[in-house]
Amino acid sequence: MFELLDLKQGSSYAGDIDQLILMITIITGVWFLLTAGMFFWLLFRFRAKKDESGQYVTGDEPQLKRWVTWPHMLILLCDIAVIVMAVNVWYTVKQDLPEADATIRIIAQQWAWTFVHPGPDGELDTPDDIRTVDRLYLQEGITYHYKLSSVDVLHDFSVPIFRLKQDAVPGREITGWFKPTVQGEYGIQCAEMCGIGHGIMGARLILQSASDHEFWIQSNSPTPVAQVTGQ
Amino acid sequence: MATAAPHAHDHGHDDAHPEESWVIKYLWSTDHKIIGLQYLFTGMAMAIIGGYFAYAFRMQLAFPGESVPTYGVVSPAQYNAMVTNHGTIMIFWVAMPVLIAAFGNFLIPLMLGCDDMVFPRINRLSYQIFLLSALVLIASFFVPGGGFGGAWTSYPPLSSEAGYSLTPLGSTIWLLAVALEFVAFLLGGINFITTTMNSRAPGMKYTDIPMVVWMIVLASIIFMASVGPLIAGAIMLLFDQNLGTHFFDPTAGGDPLLWQHLFWFFGHPEVYVVLLPAMGIVAEIITTFARKKLFGYKTVLYTAIATGILSFFVWAHHQFVAGIDPRMANLFTATTVLISIPIAEMCFVYIGTLYGGSIRFTTPMLWALAFIFEFLIGGVTGIFLGASGSDIYFHDTYFVLAHFHYTFFPIAIIGTFAALTYWFPKMFGRHLNESLGKIHFWGTVIPFNMIFIPLFILGVGGQHRRIYSYEHFPELFQPWQQDLRVMATVSLLVMLVFQALFLMNFFYSIFKGKKASKNPYNANTLEWLADSPPAHGNFLHLAEMPVVHRGPYEFNHPDRDEDYWPQWLPPEGVSAAPPADPEPAADPEPADESADQDADQDSDQDSDEESAS
Amino acid sequence: MMGKPIATTRTVMGVSTGKLAVWWLIVSEIVIFGGLLASYVMHRIGHPEWAASAAHTDVRIGGLNTMVLLTSSLMAVLAHAAAGRGDGPLAAKRLAVTIGFAVMFLCVKAYEWTTEISHGYTITASGFWQFYYVAAGIHAAHIIAGAIIMGFVMMQARRNHELGRVELIGLYWHFVDLVWIFLFPLLYIAK
Ligand code: HEA
Ligand code: HEA
Ligand code: CUA
Ligand SMILES: [Cu+2]
Repeated sequence: MFELLDLKQGSSYAGDIDQLILMITIITGVWFLLTAGMFFWLLFRFRAKKDESGQYVTGDEPQLKRWVTWPHMLILLCDIAVIVMAVNVWYTVKQDLPEADATIRIIAQQWAWTFVHPGPDGELDTPDDIRTVDRLYLQEGITYHYKLSSVDVLHDFSVPIFRLKQDAVPGREITGWFKPTVQGEYGIQCAEMCGIGHGIMGARLILQSASDHEFWIQSNSPTPVAQVTGQ
Repeated sequence: MATAAPHAHDHGHDDAHPEESWVIKYLWSTDHKIIGLQYLFTGMAMAIIGGYFAYAFRMQLAFPGESVPTYGVVSPAQYNAMVTNHGTIMIFWVAMPVLIAAFGNFLIPLMLGCDDMVFPRINRLSYQIFLLSALVLIASFFVPGGGFGGAWTSYPPLSSEAGYSLTPLGSTIWLLAVALEFVAFLLGGINFITTTMNSRAPGMKYTDIPMVVWMIVLASIIFMASVGPLIAGAIMLLFDQNLGTHFFDPTAGGDPLLWQHLFWFFGHPEVYVVLLPAMGIVAEIITTFARKKLFGYKTVLYTAIATGILSFFVWAHHQFVAGIDPRMANLFTATTVLISIPIAEMCFVYIGTLYGGSIRFTTPMLWALAFIFEFLIGGVTGIFLGASGSDIYFHDTYFVLAHFHYTFFPIAIIGTFAALTYWFPKMFGRHLNESLGKIHFWGTVIPFNMIFIPLFILGVGGQHRRIYSYEHFPELFQPWQQDLRVMATVSLLVMLVFQALFLMNFFYSIFKGKKASKNPYNANTLEWLADSPPAHGNFLHLAEMPVVHRGPYEFNHPDRDEDYWPQWLPPEGVSAAPPADPEPAADPEPADESADQDADQDSDQDSDEESAS
Repeated sequence: MMGKPIATTRTVMGVSTGKLAVWWLIVSEIVIFGGLLASYVMHRIGHPEWAASAAHTDVRIGGLNTMVLLTSSLMAVLAHAAAGRGDGPLAAKRLAVTIGFAVMFLCVKAYEWTTEISHGYTITASGFWQFYYVAAGIHAAHIIAGAIIMGFVMMQARRNHELGRVELIGLYWHFVDLVWIFLFPLLYIAK
């Protein structure tokens, strides 16, 4: 259904989340249709008629009570299925932290995003880090860790094509991961109310091929510039 | 009862009492019915404000940057303030006061067969504090810096630091208003609970209590048991804002997540606080108009209690991605999804009640049925959010928004209209116009779906909440998305037009509607024994206070010829000729009383024919 | 307007309506203090360094106030006993003593806070102190409110009116006392 809405699956786990959404849609959809169908059928069948008065039913009759107790058990089963699938996906996205190929830092503040990319050395927090504002450059196909923090209020790092959301909390550094699987330019949103500028706090995500990304790093790293001036 | 005698005649005709000044009668009254109406009218006025905000910010979303008729250009700060206060008003100043306080006050003493609440003056105080809180909230829009715009959840540090929110006064006054409102509801709740525990009519067992009373009482208990931590939190937040403490400030050892826990520990039970009364209202209406006993009274009761208990263990599902320990999410997913069991069961019982009925599609019945159907949509979409894995994506999108409007709108608006149209004859002694009522029904329910289905689609497409204009997010500003936004807004305009129709019908009928008899629907519960509208003291002018002989939903009982069997009729009436009079057999009342009953019967038949058609 | 409604005089549960209401009031207060104290305890565990601040509270003064409150509760019980025998004037006298103890509690508290504030331990001094002042402050507000209501009950009791209310205010008073029994170890003893 997301294809219809122009929304790519852009991370390794986007498919898992979509799958989960689909399963829940099916389970609850079937229940909803059955319930609503029963509802409208009863409304039609037992509409007031001249020759038919209502019946006296207390709801304790075993053959009628079944209509409530069986669904009760079945819903329990469905619930367990939903819980298991949900926890499974949750574990993949939020609890399990696969080995990182690269680590980036994301700093939120009213109302802009600062992204710190590791420079040519591939290490974060070294002098060759590349800082950008509101533009995040990543390479397709490798696993990233992100370290998310905020300098003022709550924000939320939301990347719809990754199906990822994570609040940025001042005073904490939250680590998570993703692995982009497509190329192109996409939107990043701030999804937590953060004041007057919350409505403009977007950023762009640029997913590049390995070679493009390498090129971007080389041409933006502060170090080569220093070397040039040094020679 | 001896006390009844002196009141026998002086409260007969309410309208003509020039000696009681208007102020004493309508503004300073301790009569539970007047207080109920005060809550109702205040709630309606607030609904109009909340609805107006919705109109203004939805216009901005559909036509960003353009001047909104009657409002003007919406700035980002104003947008935030309107969304925040729309949410706050609709929940705290519309849903709660109308569903719990207005109908709770009006119905509880009547349905329990007593003359008033147990603490009438505390009741009046509760309304006065509530009114004050509403005025304080309204004042917060006009202070320098403007109204508070940090969302109805008021997360710090945004809400605690003026430097971040830029609304130093607005935040504080908003918080004060909410705190005052809580106090009003604590006082009201104590009244509801004790009245129901202690002042039931003789003979009324706990399974004879009408479901709506149970639900309002359970809601009051849930409210009381969940709001405490938030009151403590509000004091801390107030101090953070004004005294320089750092309860929620991470730079000085505080913790912003503490507020979220305190807020949602209350905030989630709160949604069931408003759900249960609406469920109770619906139970009364579907039994009456399906002429059916409730399908499993105890099941409803137990599922309501189970929902209430479970609701205290799900709060962190609002915080899955808020930075809490990710392992906690698994626990809360389990509890959240399991809450579907009691609620589904409650829905099934209601649907089961239709089985074997003789269903009349009157206006109140249409509202009650629409409630069930629309709420199902809201309920099942909650599962998408309760499942932690998918909430990662849906959190703070319009999917959440549509989910909770599909629960709140059925509760606060559809449920209210159900109750209002059903008890209108009892409240004002006259009937609403049925055809206008049905036009209003379809004119509300169809646009409602056409507002929020587009918002569901937008939410699935990633549209996030509290954004004054999507032009800064190219993926969210494509033509098809803007079309859906326009569609939602236009549907809202249509809906508002039909609300004007309702208001006309409402105010016209209060004064000019067809006169209502005591028991126009041939219903069973005790409020239908009293006059329409009941005089001060409810039953005091009868020879005796009512005594209860059976459960509230004995429709089509095999031992009785008539299809209803009021709670107040003594069992002797069983084999005797059809007991035409709703009064106890031993009633020594004068002739005008029985004339009244004849009139009753006639119009009873009228209404039957009407509803059957 | 009329006297008491019939509703007020009914006692389906076999308990007087006033007593039921006080119990529910206490329930609602328990969750308020419960939320506050739970927040405090969680923070205290997360911030071992608060112990340094807590070391500056004065256990002797806190202990004195504990004694004051316990004695006042005893007086409230005695007032209830007197009211139970229908002796309104005696109940009123005992309530007056209870109020006296409440005032004493507040005086001690005022002295204690003045000293602490003059030493620089204000509400913004540290995480511990903000909880200290808020929790003890809300508690003190309950003492004040309770004492005022008790004053009204006392006036009525003196004229043998509404003697049932002596027990109700006593219930509330024990609750306020009980809250202090939780506050004292949490704020003073835990170092
Ligand atoms: C009265 C209002 C109301 C009600 C009744 C509900 C009911 C439910 N809500 Fe909702 N909710 C809100 C009002 C309400 N909610 C609000 C206001 C918010 C947003 C607050 C904000 O952020 O501003 C919110 C947000 C919200 C979230 C957080 C989303 C987010 O921000 O990320 C979640 C997550 O779990 C959730 C879940 C649920 C669930 C599981 C139910 C359940 O109770 C629903 C149970 C009912 C059913 C399931 C339907 C009947 C059952 C069947 C037909 C059987 C078939 C079902 C299965 C097999 C499962 N809600
Ligand atoms: C009970 C709760 C309730 C109700 C009924 C509504 C009703 C409506 N809501 Fe509201 N809404 C919330 C609770 C509610 N809302 C909350 C909690 C939020 C979140 C706030 C936040 O993020 O902080 C929100 C946010 C919210 C947004 C999101 C804004 C954003 O995030 O940027 C939108 C957007 O379209 C919206 C639209 C609407 C619309 C079109 C209606 C329409 O249905 C309104 C129609 C108008 C009326 C129904 C009133 C007129 C009626 C009468 C005059 C009749 C008499 C009335 C009575 C008898 C009671 N709402
Ligand atoms: Cu940053 Cu919203
Ligand atoms: Cu919730």
